[in-house]
Amino acid sequence: MAAKKPTVAVYKFSSCDGCQLSLLNLEDELLDLAGAVDIAYFLEASRAVKPGPYDIALVEGSVTTPHEIERIREIREDARFVIALGTCATSGGIQALRNFADAEEYARAVYDHPEYLEYLNTATPISETIKVDLEIWGCPVNKHLVLECIAALLQNRKPNLPQYSVCLECKRRGAVCVLVAHGTPCLGPVTQAGCGAICPANGRGCYGCFGPWPQGNFDSLVPTLTATERFPGETHLLLRNFNAHAPAFRKAAEAALTVGKK
Amino acid sequence: MLDITISRGTTVALSKAEFDLLLADLRENGYQTVGPRVQDESIVYADIQTLADLPRGVQTEQEAGHFRLMRGASNNYFDFIPAADSWKKFLFPPRVDLLTVRKGKGWEYVETETATPRYALVGVRGCELAAIEIQDKIFIRPDFYDPTYRLRREGLFIIAVNCLHPAGTCFCTSMGTGPKVQGSYDLCLTELDDVFLVEIGSELGRSLLSKRKYDLPSAFVQNIANQRLARAVQEMGRSLDTRDLPGLLTEPENLEAARWDEVAKRCLSCGNCTQVCPTCFCWDATDSVNLSATQASRTRVWDSCFNPAYSYVFGGNTRPTIRARYRQWLTHKFGAWKEQFGTLGCTGCGRCITWCPAKIDHVAEIAALREEVNS
Ligand code: SF4
Ligand code: SF4
Ligand code: SF4
Ligand code: SF4
Repeated sequence: MAAKKPTVAVYKFSSCDGCQLSLLNLEDELLDLAGAVDIAYFLEASRAVKPGPYDIALVEGSVTTPHEIERIREIREDARFVIALGTCATSGGIQALRNFADAEEYARAVYDHPEYLEYLNTATPISETIKVDLEIWGCPVNKHLVLECIAALLQNRKPNLPQYSVCLECKRRGAVCVLVAHGTPCLGPVTQAGCGAICPANGRGCYGCFGPWPQGNFDSLVPTLTATERFPGETHLLLRNFNAHAPAFRKAAEAALTVGKK
Repeated sequence: MLDITISRGTTVALSKAEFDLLLADLRENGYQTVGPRVQDESIVYADIQTLADLPRGVQTEQEAGHFRLMRGASNNYFDFIPAADSWKKFLFPPRVDLLTVRKGKGWEYVETETATPRYALVGVRGCELAAIEIQDKIFIRPDFYDPTYRLRREGLFIIAVNCLHPAGTCFCTSMGTGPKVQGSYDLCLTELDDVFLVEIGSELGRSLLSKRKYDLPSAFVQNIANQRLARAVQEMGRSLDTRDLPGLLTEPENLEAARWDEVAKRCLSCGNCTQVCPTCFCWDATDSVNLSATQASRTRVWDSCFNPAYSYVFGGNTRPTIRARYRQWLTHKFGAWKEQFGTLGCTGCGRCITWCPAKIDHVAEIAALREEVNS
C-alpha cells in the first residue's frame, strides 16, 4: 500500500541561505528524508520542479519587498502546512535592523542607483504577512530540530522541542558559564534552547540567535547585564542584533538604554 | 622509612613526589583517575594522569554570581574551592541512552548496555562526599535502584581532601559536612607545603597503600594540619542558621510570604542552581523517533524544577510561575527533603549561589524569609 509521499517545497525570501544549507547539511539523514517525503521544489538543491499544491512549505527569509508580500501569499494558498525556517523568517533577522533606522538612507549608502530598488521600509517575519503553522528559530536553525519537526508532522504527533532556556543545555554539556566565570555578557538565560549552547561552549556569550525564551525574565537579566557593562550600551547592542525585531528583545533593548543611564 | 603496619584510621605522610605513584597504582588496579583541572578559567573534573594536571597555586574567589581564579597565592594543588562541575556527572551522567526500539518483523527492544567505568575520584571535598551520600539515598534504595548510578557508585575509589581555604560562598560548617571531611572515603588528604597527610578510611584504601612504605607524620606536622583545619572553620564564607529548618520552609502559612514574590522578580528560572547542585537529581526521559518511524530511542537527561515543562501535566502546569518554581526548589532542598530522605538536601557547597547569573543568595533568602515571618 504505497501511500503517496507528502510533498515538500523549500522557499527563500530575504536571507543568507544558511538555513537552507542546514537542510543540505543533513547528509546522513538526507536519504531518509528523501525516502519519507517528495522534495518537489527546492531550487537551492535542484532545478527540477514539480507543480503544487504542496503538503509542507518550508520558508526561509523575511519579507522585505512588495513582491515578497505577493509571493508569500501565493505560497500560503498553495501549501497545507507552512513552516517558517530560521530567525529571518521568525523575527525578521539581522536585516530587521532597518526597522529602527531610515531604510532609504541605508539604500543610498549601499547602492549607486537606489532608484531602481523596490523595497519595504521594514523587514518582517513571515507571520506578520500570513498565518504560519510552525516556527523553527535559529540563525541558522539546528538541523536536528528541523528533522524532528518534519518527523512529527509525518507521524501526526507534537514535535519534541525544548521548553527551557539555553542555560540548561549549557550545563548539561558541562560548559563553563562565561557570565559568572569571565564576566562576559550572555543572553542564555532569556534565550530559547535548541542550539546546544554552542557559543558558551566556545567561550562566547549567547547572543540570542534562537530568539526569546517565552518565559524569560528580562526584567531581571537586563539590569544584571547593564550593571557590569564593559562599555556603555553593550546590553542594548547585544539585544539589538539577530532578533532585534522580536517583541521581547525589542522591549528589553529599549529598557537596557534607560536602565543603563540610571 | 619506618616499617609500620598501616590500618584503617592510620595517617601516613606522603611526599608530593610520591603522589604520582599512587595515581599509577590506581590505574594499574583498573581505575580511571579523575580530578580537578583548570579549563576555560574555571575548574572542571576530568581525566588526570599526574599531579601536574591539577590546578597548582590556584585559589578561587567566589561570591553570588561571581567566580574567578586567583593565581600565584601558593604552590599547593588543592587550595582552590570547586567550581560548577561536581562529581555528580560521573555517577548520574547528564545524558544516558537507555533503550532503542526497532521495527523488524515485530518490535525489538534493545537496552543500551555500556561498560561501567571504574572511577577513582581525586580530591572529593567534605561537602561533595556528603552530596554523594545524599544521592545514594535517592538512587540506591532498598526497594529499587538506578542501575547506572549503582554500578558506578559501587566501583568508586574515593580520595577525599580536607578544605583549608573555604570560599566566600561556602557554608559546610552550618550543614555539618566540612571543611574536614566527615563521610566514608578510601583515603583522605590534608595538603601541607611538602607533604600530603593521608588518612586511611577503608580496607580498599589500606590495601592500595600497603604496596609501598610510608612514614608516620611527626607530631609537629600533624599539629600544623590541625591548626590549618581550625582556621578554615573560622574562614567559612557564609553561615546558615538551620535550627528552624525544615519547619520554616514547610509551614503552610510561610508559603504565602511576600519574600517569595520579591525573589521571583529576580530569579531567571534558568535552572543553573539545580544543575550545579551536587544533590539535585531530577531528570527527564525523552523519546525520539526516526523519520521512517522504524526506530525509537529513549534518553535520560538532567532536568530541573525550573524548567516549565518539568511541572507540566496533561491540561496544565502545576507550577506555572517563577515564584512557584523558586519556592519549590528552596522548600524542597531545605525543607521537604528531610521528610523524604531523612536529611536536608543541602551540604553547604555554595555552588547554587556562586553560579546563579542573577546573584541570588539562597542563604540570604532563607534569612529574609525568617525575618519576615517572625516579625
Ligand atoms: S554561559 Fe550563558 S547560557 Fe551558559 S549558563 Fe552561563 S548564562 Fe547560561
Ligand atoms: S535561583 Fe538563580 S540559578 Fe536558580 S533558577 Fe533562579 S536565577 Fe537561575
Ligand atoms: S543547595 Fe546549593 S549549597 Fe546546598 S548542596 Fe546544593 S548547590 Fe550546594
Ligand atoms: S563548603 Fe566546606 S567542604 Fe565544601 S568546598 Fe567549601 S570549605 Fe570545602
